[in-house]
Amino acid sequence: MQFPENLKYTKTHEWVKEITGGTIEVGLSDYAQKEMGDLVFVNLPQEGDGVTAGETFADVESVKAVSEVYCPVSGIVCAVNEELMDTPESINSAPYEAWFVRIEQISGTEDLMSAEEYEAFIESENQK
Amino acid sequence: MEKKTPLYDAHVLGGGKIVPFAGYLLPVQYQSGVITEHMAVRTKAGLFDVSHMGEITFEGKDALANLQRMMTNDFTDMEKGQARYSMMCMETGGIVDDLIVYKKEEDSYLVVVNASNKDKDFQWMYEHHFGEVEIKDITDEIAQLALQGPNSLEIIQKITKEKDIPKKYYHCIFDAEVGGMKCILSRTGYTGEDGFELYLKASDARTMWDLLLSVGKEYGLIPCGLGARDTLRLEAAMPLYGHELDETITPLEADLGFAVKQNKSDYIGKKKIEEVSLIRKRVGLKVVGNGIIREHAKLFSKDEAEIGYTTSGTYCPYLEYPIAMAMVELGYSIQGTRMIAEVRGRKIEAEVVSLPFYKRIRKGGTK
Repeated sequence: MQFPENLKYTKTHEWVKEITGGTIEVGLSDYAQKEMGDLVFVNLPQEGDGVTAGETFADVESVKAVSEVYCPVSGIVCAVNEELMDTPESINSAPYEAWFVRIEQISGTEDLMSAEEYEAFIESENQK
Repeated sequence: MEKKTPLYDAHVLGGGKIVPFAGYLLPVQYQSGVITEHMAVRTKAGLFDVSHMGEITFEGKDALANLQRMMTNDFTDMEKGQARYSMMCMETGGIVDDLIVYKKEEDSYLVVVNASNKDKDFQWMYEHHFGEVEIKDITDEIAQLALQGPNSLEIIQKITKEKDIPKKYYHCIFDAEVGGMKCILSRTGYTGEDGFELYLKASDARTMWDLLLSVGKEYGLIPCGLGARDTLRLEAAMPLYGHELDETITPLEADLGFAVKQNKSDYIGKKKIEEVSLIRKRVGLKVVGNGIIREHAKLFSKDEAEIGYTTSGTYCPYLEYPIAMAMVELGYSIQGTRMIAEVRGRKIEAEVVSLPFYKRIRKGGTK
């Protein structure tokens, strides 16, 4: 499993990437996609939607189950990766390229972890 | 505490993702994933551990009479080595379980039941038996493997003498020898594909599992988990107890009339099953909107009346669209009828289609 150093991670397994001046990109971690299995459907919010840190803003469906995706920050959705709706399998094959949304006007943030902290977090979760 | 099947170690070693299911620890999928496993069964071959299934024997001079009384199907014209699907119902017509009856000898039958219902079934059979019959639960002594897919026959031919291979679907050889091991070799399955189910001593299970996987490798055989088993049976529109079937649903509502023989003089539930007029029915739905409709979604007509609910639903890897099975009011069960499912607050449109969703093209000689 890979956890790029330039990203931050949440306890609910999303990754966050700072793009430029106050805009971030959100996706699902390699660990999350492995746990969920083959993804076949993605539901995304719309451009302009307000999102809240810690609340769900999208969901992904594998053959077997639906999983919710939580927003790491509060803000406004300024771009939606609509290609993902046609190619949900790209979340499995390239999780760090498969961004869900871009968010701007950020007003609050969940606790974010570094790659190293996130890896340790997964290990401790798996030992429970 | 869940039980382990004789193949638990093989699943862990093979990278299976283990989950509790019907009281057993079983792999939901291997590293290859549900879609790959599903497609292997449709195009090549897949191997499943189904040792959780229950096996109950009926022996004695009244064995047949007991089956005739307890089950909806008719077993009087069965030959030795034949299998028949049936329901076991309550007086109310509700289904206790759906099962397969194998005829071994004139006074000896094997009944294969759902793992989740096994204890309830055995209790029910014990309470309703009469005359000279011994009913025995032999589940713990027996392992069951399912080899499914178009290449299954070629794989089994590699390690079995021709005379031990059943030629027709729903037939079996009781004293077959496969890879040097005694087993019941049955041409049955729960995937909608040609294939075999092998019943064998629990102590031989691991040897048989490893042998089949190594012999089957060149035919594309891979181990498969419960996830693919569920998507395959759904695509083939096979009902699953606890979803399409339960104690409040009759066999005719479940559209399984082929397994109810109304000309039989009597069986438990006959009156209610045959005399009550149908007001609802199991149907197949193809999703025409965006999203997946899973079980327990409420269904609404165009004019927003609640008309039923889904019983199972998934994305179909082979058909490449989402499908569901549902129980709907009879007036909405006609092909082409459109309805709306409510899924997590969203509305998804679906259309009634004919069942099964997927039907294999039979090769000559299998039926």
